[in-house]
Amino acid sequence: MDHQNIVVRPETTNTLQVPSSPEQLEDIEDPLGRSYDSVVIEPGRKSFGFNLNELWRYRELLYFLTWRDIKVRYKQTLLGATWAVMQPLLLMAIFTLVFARLGGIKSEKVPYPIFVYAALLPWTFFANAVTNSGNSLVGSTNLITKVYFPRVIIPAAAVAAGLVDFSIAFILLIILMIYYHVGLHAGMLLLPVFIVMTIMLALGIGMLMSALNVKYRDVRHALPFLMQIWMFSSPVMYPMPVGWRFHWLFALNPMAGIIEGFRSALFEKAFDWFTLGTSAVIILLILIYAVFSFNRMEKSFADII
Amino acid sequence: MKPIIQVENLGKRYRIGAPQAAYGTLRDTLADIARAPLRLLSRNGQADKPLIWALRDVNFEIAKGEVVGMIGRNGAGKSTLLKLLSRITEPTTGRIELNGRIASLLEVGTGFHPELTGRENIYLNGAILGMARQEINRKFDEIVAFAEVEKFIDTPVKHYSSGMYLRLAFAVAAHLEPEILLVDEVLAVGDGRFQRKCLDKMQDVGKQGRTVFFVSHNMDAITRLCPRAILLHDGQVFRDGPSHEVVNSYLSSGLGTTAVKEWTDPTHAPGNDIVRLRSARIITETGEISGAIDIRRPVGVEMKFEVLTAGHLLVPNLHFNNGEGVCIFHLQDLDPTWRRRPRPCGIYTSTAWIPGNFLSEGSVTVGFAVSTVDPVTVHFFERHVVAFQVIDSLEGDAARGDYAGPYPGAVRPIMNWTTEYSLKDSTDLEVSNIAGY
Repeated sequence: MDHQNIVVRPETTNTLQVPSSPEQLEDIEDPLGRSYDSVVIEPGRKSFGFNLNELWRYRELLYFLTWRDIKVRYKQTLLGATWAVMQPLLLMAIFTLVFARLGGIKSEKVPYPIFVYAALLPWTFFANAVTNSGNSLVGSTNLITKVYFPRVIIPAAAVAAGLVDFSIAFILLIILMIYYHVGLHAGMLLLPVFIVMTIMLALGIGMLMSALNVKYRDVRHALPFLMQIWMFSSPVMYPMPVGWRFHWLFALNPMAGIIEGFRSALFEKAFDWFTLGTSAVIILLILIYAVFSFNRMEKSFADII
Repeated sequence: MKPIIQVENLGKRYRIGAPQAAYGTLRDTLADIARAPLRLLSRNGQADKPLIWALRDVNFEIAKGEVVGMIGRNGAGKSTLLKLLSRITEPTTGRIELNGRIASLLEVGTGFHPELTGRENIYLNGAILGMARQEINRKFDEIVAFAEVEKFIDTPVKHYSSGMYLRLAFAVAAHLEPEILLVDEVLAVGDGRFQRKCLDKMQDVGKQGRTVFFVSHNMDAITRLCPRAILLHDGQVFRDGPSHEVVNSYLSSGLGTTAVKEWTDPTHAPGNDIVRLRSARIITETGEISGAIDIRRPVGVEMKFEVLTAGHLLVPNLHFNNGEGVCIFHLQDLDPTWRRRPRPCGIYTSTAWIPGNFLSEGSVTVGFAVSTVDPVTVHFFERHVVAFQVIDSLEGDAARGDYAGPYPGAVRPIMNWTTEYSLKDSTDLEVSNIAGY
């Protein structure tokens, strides 16, 4: 449906075979080849799967929207990017006080502060990414009703923008690890896998929430609440229960797998392959389902937003 | 050659009424979404909700390099058509084939962020409109110069004046190089001087062989910039053809006036027992009836009337109004043959010839009257009997010369200019000549 001719069309070269004006030269050198698009618009097109070719052509828009989100986020704030660290850091302090000091929760082999920080790092990223991308489409109403581009770029950019905060918070993790004398080991090499899993899950949930939000603004009110419940039901402030009958329930929560993965990778703990594998499969299913539903709903965004 | 835009049986249906009610509750939809994979093919039709066709059975083709205007009343479907062409919303029926990169200026400044600087917004807006980064880099200086915001390029746009903001926004859009450009009323941007610049830019785009689809309520701009126009009415193509004809039919459809009007039944014609109007016509110098007159050519306004009672001094007269309702001028028949001479019964045909290069462009309506001067008696005076459209020329031989923008004035004559030239101020020269003599 969306083919690109690499050849120059006959009508542009009907006088000469070589480009005679700078105009024509430019056209030929257009690196994106966008000058030769042929598009057919019909009802019911594009019912499954993204047009990857088109997504690739719009990659710069993803870059610019991500860049805008980052650029704008801490404008006119006193603390600026410090906010990226403040959130997990303050939560770490509070959780340490409440759960470790008062509640007496055991934190496996490592000190509680770094134990909880290792979970807050992916969790904060995930929660912020889902909240931001969930509200992203509604917040871009004027774009959606005025310009065409693959809509998925909007929630995706919101997730991508969260990666900057994640990186800053990650630096603090390294500092904490040095402070608490956590040594380097081979398990850490798996960390990128868990980061990618977090991104995929955030993207999947974010896409679903953003699309749903277009139709029902209830999502905006439900999201913070949902994220709160999700955090309490994930092993963020407590370790995975060992030897519990309903241990498998945690495996159904992909964030549990991710958090366990982070902790195992960082603190040289044995990987719980069952939970990790289940999480990976669930994340994949969520993402595929999100792509599918987003595509289905995308067409009506401009009409109902 | 394959048309660059091909539209076949295009239709868009909207459901009217509160969308919340029409779409059910959140719980329903959650259940709906859960079942979605199974229901891929059977989209549930909410048949009982009132439906409205914003567009229906629209067919047209636009060839590469054509500049086409689209006109129509509010609600005729213009915006819907643009939204379908720019892929913002999906058609309900039919098919559009686009054979080129398309860019739409449905609203300038889409995606501008107030916290970002002018420079940052140029890149962001460019990317949103589909420009590659290298392309923006290359045109950056040109865009800034066009918008005239050089000094403030690194200031957040929230501190811009509204004029600066709009100029910058239009500048980015104007430097897109799509093969098809959709423009919706962006000429209502900024002050008169900037509007002129925008029109010039539009014209350049057209001259570069790009296809422009231009929606406007500015009929003068449509006839000047677009050789062809499409008139939409109630979601359908009502007329499609040379823009002056289409504009004329659009304008006259409101007033009920055309280039010719005849009264077949004399008893219903304007007039009294002394004189009655029979017909009114707008003719070209070759005698053809025409609703579109080239600004450079003369136009004849012909009045046919019947004198029923002999012996009166009768003066046919004509009242010319422009599209804004302003009376441009008034003519009375000074033909020496019939001046101060009582007229016998019979049919008279009087024609007033208005020279070329005199009227301003736009629509002109003509009122017809026959009066007697002494004592003052108006036998009939019929306003807006006929109308025609004056089409300005962009070939450089009309009063506007090589200038393409909005051109004010109720008339647009060509006057003689004289020029004296000397190297120095001539009076100084003469004084020194005399002194040296």
